[in-house]
Amino acid sequence: MPLGKQELLAAYRKMVTIREFEERLHVEVASGDIAGFCHLYSGQEAVAVGVTSHLDDDDYIASTHRGHGHCIAKGCDVIGMMKEIFGRRDGLCGGKGGSMHIADMSKGMLGANAIVGGGPPIAVGAAIATQLQGRGKVTASFTGDGGSNQGTVFEAMNLAVVLQLPTVFIFENNGYGEHTGADYAVGSADIASRAAGFGMAAEKVDGCDYFAVYEAAGRAVTRARQGGGPSAIECTTTRYFGHFEGDPQRYRAKGEVEQHRRAMNCLANFRQRVNAEDWLAPDQLDAVETEVRSLIDRAVSEARAAPAPALDDLCTDVYVSY
Amino acid sequence: MKSYREAINQTLAQEMRRDDSVIVLGEDVSGGAGGSSGKRDAAGGVFGVTAGLIGEFGEQRVIDTPISESAIMGAAGGAALAGLRPVAELMFADFVGVSFDQIFNQMAKFRYMFGGKTTTPVVVRLPTGAGMNMAAQHSQTIYPFLTAVPGLKVVIPSNAYDAKGLLATAIRDDDPVMFFEHKALYPRKCEVPDEDYTINFGEAELVREGDDVTVVALARMVGFAEKALDSLAAEGISADLIDPRTVSPLDEETILDSVENTGRLVVVDESNPRCSVAADIAAIVACKGFHSLKAPIKLVTAPHTPVPFARELERAYVPGPAHIAAAIKEVLQ
Ligand SMILES: Cc1ncc(C[n+]2csc(CCOP(=O)(O)OP(=O)(O)O)c2C)c(N)n1
Ligand SMILES: [Mg+2]
Repeated sequence: MPLGKQELLAAYRKMVTIREFEERLHVEVASGDIAGFCHLYSGQEAVAVGVTSHLDDDDYIASTHRGHGHCIAKGCDVIGMMKEIFGRRDGLCGGKGGSMHIADMSKGMLGANAIVGGGPPIAVGAAIATQLQGRGKVTASFTGDGGSNQGTVFEAMNLAVVLQLPTVFIFENNGYGEHTGADYAVGSADIASRAAGFGMAAEKVDGCDYFAVYEAAGRAVTRARQGGGPSAIECTTTRYFGHFEGDPQRYRAKGEVEQHRRAMNCLANFRQRVNAEDWLAPDQLDAVETEVRSLIDRAVSEARAAPAPALDDLCTDVYVSY
Repeated sequence: MKSYREAINQTLAQEMRRDDSVIVLGEDVSGGAGGSSGKRDAAGGVFGVTAGLIGEFGEQRVIDTPISESAIMGAAGGAALAGLRPVAELMFADFVGVSFDQIFNQMAKFRYMFGGKTTTPVVVRLPTGAGMNMAAQHSQTIYPFLTAVPGLKVVIPSNAYDAKGLLATAIRDDDPVMFFEHKALYPRKCEVPDEDYTINFGEAELVREGDDVTVVALARMVGFAEKALDSLAAEGISADLIDPRTVSPLDEETILDSVENTGRLVVVDESNPRCSVAADIAAIVACKGFHSLKAPIKLVTAPHTPVPFARELERAYVPGPAHIAAAIKEVLQ
């Protein structure tokens, strides 16, 4: 058994929390009560959770515009997140950031990021800090297939190799960057081999298989903690929704999403594996699902009832106002 | 009637027909490259502004790029040096951040730095502005720092008619032009002729004529200033409302002439207040029109903060008709 029963249950709880959070947001956004962009992470849960299963609150992650899953996986408060997405005063960022900017330093979550390719250089900086402080900590950055083409990402990878930093570059290849296929926009055979070209260990795994991600991330995180420098992992996955809520997805073949929901379902894969190996009983997993659903219900009703930011908040958190 | 979006789309098509050296490039300007549906033009730009171009002009002239803004800007500059007239799109103006070097150190400087041996006919299209709760990195009006760069021209149309004429001028111009399209204006319609026409840079539009005050407003703020003036009409207050349309070059004369008549100035802009276009216009009037002024100049701008996400905060951030009306009354006191 690669993880203990409690750890397995915790991983499943996180993946289910992400799935339920996102599926619920899909409905809530349609109600018109959530402003701005919402990029949902459904389908990719095994990546966030497989990686963060190796990290604690003092390790860091840098995330993307599709950041809810990373936040939940890293331990951000689900109710605080929901309030933030609804733009509420006691949301995780006081309602000032919204879906694309959720951050929680106390959980080592350096921020979702609305600039594609914004995260990896920040992750490198955090790794410089923890290395200098001798904290033995690791920083992981998450980047999409689309983001993997951004110059900032190449610069960050090279710098991490030059400085032999404890960084793990996770690439979530869900097949699309907005309306463009990764098969068009990523010019190399794959993202992992391109990362390897920078001089770091790189591998490619099935991102719909929690255990595959967990094991690859384990190798990378151990390498980083032991002073072996950065690594990259490309995780092939899919997104169950459009790029953003409201995307008509004309770039996707009809039926692709339904087919992926069946064939590329990390939750079903997890259940199947733990059942087959007799690691956990189905009723234990069912109980997790029930608990999570009521947590998400609570998050939504608390977020809906929560107060809006006060107008005075507009000019706080900035060093001077004119 | 045509929307701002349709006016820009039509101009792109007309200019591409008129001159085969005009190309369009950017992220998802067509969309559907790769992917499983095989449908090109799956996006037509995330705001639909470049829709249909690939069907008529093909993928050699309508180029979908990877997410690599620095390369998009640099490629536009390089293609211009080698004889094309690229119209490059940054999906959001905020992404100037990732690509700024290619804009201000490269394309802006080629003509001067190379001693006039080249031109750089690039247009960069920059969807801009707040109002859609897209938060701090997708809502900014960043034209002040591009306006500060010698070598760049900066265009900020406030309506569909102007967008069409100014874009045609921009594409035919031999210098790099930063073309800011306010996202909130895309669906706004007005009368726009089908045939092509140009509007000269550096010619402001006098949107309304009046006696008491000069109001200068940009982009979305022009409509808000009209609303403010409508609300003040009952009190017998009238104003010259000036839309500069291009801020580099800037039509100083129209503004100074107006202030000479009214003696009072309110400048309205959605950008942050410091080192802004509003501050610049105020400085020009203070330097060159000081003796006409009967009251201190008043600026109506966003506060000096990033753009907040929450609806209530963003509404308070963006200057609105009420702020403008209050400022007008203040300078009239
Ligand atoms: C610098 C920058 N360029 C473009 C965008 C617009 N944009 C947001 S997400 C996205 C696609 C990202 O694709 P990918 O990295 O594969 O992530 P995914 O959306 O698939 O999770 C684009 C083009 C942006 N936010 N920032
Ligand atoms: Mg992707």
